[in-house]
Amino acid sequence: MWKWLHPYANPEVSYHFAGKLKPWLGWASALLLTVGLIWALLFAPADYQQGESFRIFYIHVPSAILSMSIYLAMAIAALSSLVWQVRLADASAAALAPIGAVFTAIALLTGAAWGKPMWGTWWVWDARLTSELILLFLYLGVIALHNAFDDKQMAGKAAGILALVGVINLPIIKYSVEWWNTLHQGATVSKLGAPAMASEMYWPFVLCFLGFGLLVGAVACVRFQTEIITRNKMRPWVRNLVTSEVN
Amino acid sequence: MSSLSYRQTFALVLKRDLTIAFRHKDEMLNPLLFFIIVVTLFPLGIGPQANTLAKIAPGIIWVSALLATLLSLDRLFKADHNDGSLEQMLISPQPLFIFTLAKITAHWLLTGLPLILVAPILAALLYLPEQSYSALFLTLLLGTPVLSFIGAIGAALTVGVKKGGVLLSLIVLPLYIPVLIFATSAIDTASLNLPYNGQLAIIAALFFGSLTLAPFAVGAALKVSTN
Amino acid sequence: MQFDSFASFLDMGGYGFYVWLSFGASAALILLLIFSTLLSHKNARANIARQVKREQRLQQAQAQAEAEAEAEAQASVSESTSQ
Repeated sequence: MWKWLHPYANPEVSYHFAGKLKPWLGWASALLLTVGLIWALLFAPADYQQGESFRIFYIHVPSAILSMSIYLAMAIAALSSLVWQVRLADASAAALAPIGAVFTAIALLTGAAWGKPMWGTWWVWDARLTSELILLFLYLGVIALHNAFDDKQMAGKAAGILALVGVINLPIIKYSVEWWNTLHQGATVSKLGAPAMASEMYWPFVLCFLGFGLLVGAVACVRFQTEIITRNKMRPWVRNLVTSEVN
Repeated sequence: MSSLSYRQTFALVLKRDLTIAFRHKDEMLNPLLFFIIVVTLFPLGIGPQANTLAKIAPGIIWVSALLATLLSLDRLFKADHNDGSLEQMLISPQPLFIFTLAKITAHWLLTGLPLILVAPILAALLYLPEQSYSALFLTLLLGTPVLSFIGAIGAALTVGVKKGGVLLSLIVLPLYIPVLIFATSAIDTASLNLPYNGQLAIIAALFFGSLTLAPFAVGAALKVSTN
Repeated sequence: MQFDSFASFLDMGGYGFYVWLSFGASAALILLLIFSTLLSHKNARANIARQVKREQRLQQAQAQAEAEAEAEAQASVSESTSQ
């Protein structure tokens, strides 16, 4: 059943597969983001309560969703590297961490810029904001650990274990922060309700979300390729590859 | 080949670690001294008002305990890694779980337990309300082992790294947040004369969860870092 | 189109600063990510290529040295036979 997957355990096959995938993902993401962002900025209606500041939503929510799904993807990759000894899996975990950190930072920054006009402050110790901040710390820890090792094989495994420990802890952290927040703070902040979104707001959001998701895929492909060639630099196919100029 | 029971292995490793620690008493006392000094810095920075201090006392004590634990974690596996005895443990027929559990227990006995013993004195310095003392004691009793368990994972991951100290704090501190939240909230609740069983139960759950899972993670991490 | 003029588009109903701040910061971060990714890929390739070239040069030098040594040995042998 899983036999079709086996060739991809070979670094060379995966390298070329990622190389083939890269332009498709990149161009599709560029197209979707162009259409989606122009739609979001120019044509989508303003929110009846929040006015034009609602347009931040179209980057804030996609990056917040992606920041969590990338962590999950990283942990799954780390698990398959540790349990089934898939050696390429920890390469993909290492490739994903910086991307996740960037999207977490975007979610936090846009959240702050949205919170200032809506809530009157750049930052509130709201449960969702706080757990997003802790998620950023977890990402930075994984990246720092990965950079601390010279041997990238070892670095990938160590960072993978940390990612797994983090993924077990994330629900606990999220729960504890939510609980802490309700205990320490009254409902001074009127949270955004979740009314059914109008379709003219929904479609630009879907386009932006898919665009950002494909962008993550494209960047991950390049980082994955980098990880593969640095880990296999003694192999003849890598040597032929780097001395010939074409990709 | 002599076959040691799990209990004997555990006792042997524990005794060995304690003996080594008692030969370097200052290394054992330094984190404790750090804990006391950090706690005394807060009133100097904030001001001597009794009600302000009483309000933030649980947070101060717990944050200082986190930092003191971090300070002692760096050398949990370092000496064993440097002299090669860590590799001996990894290739020995006894399960790794027992070794790591024994080492973490020793670490807790040497750093967590002294913290619990001096905490009441520091709580008095910070005017902690009397009804909170039992909560402080119980949260420290259940919470400091969790700090040792989670910290051991970080220490095992960074044991092969040359300057691992700061990296270790970066990795471990975010994972300490749930313990900090529930412990301080238990002490706060106790100061209002309300039941704090719920928070205590969650800390106990964290304790048993980390007791069963952390030694495996530590074992896997040690295998990676010793290669 | 939701905006009458370019100025009102920039103003974003009074929220211009916040909207453009978040779009600008996001664009900057994403571009930074893309460029650093491409740069590190290029550097990784260049590093390996440099290593391969160095090894090839070393091999060449070694081969040359061996050939010279052989030629010298032969020369000395022929010298001794001619004497």
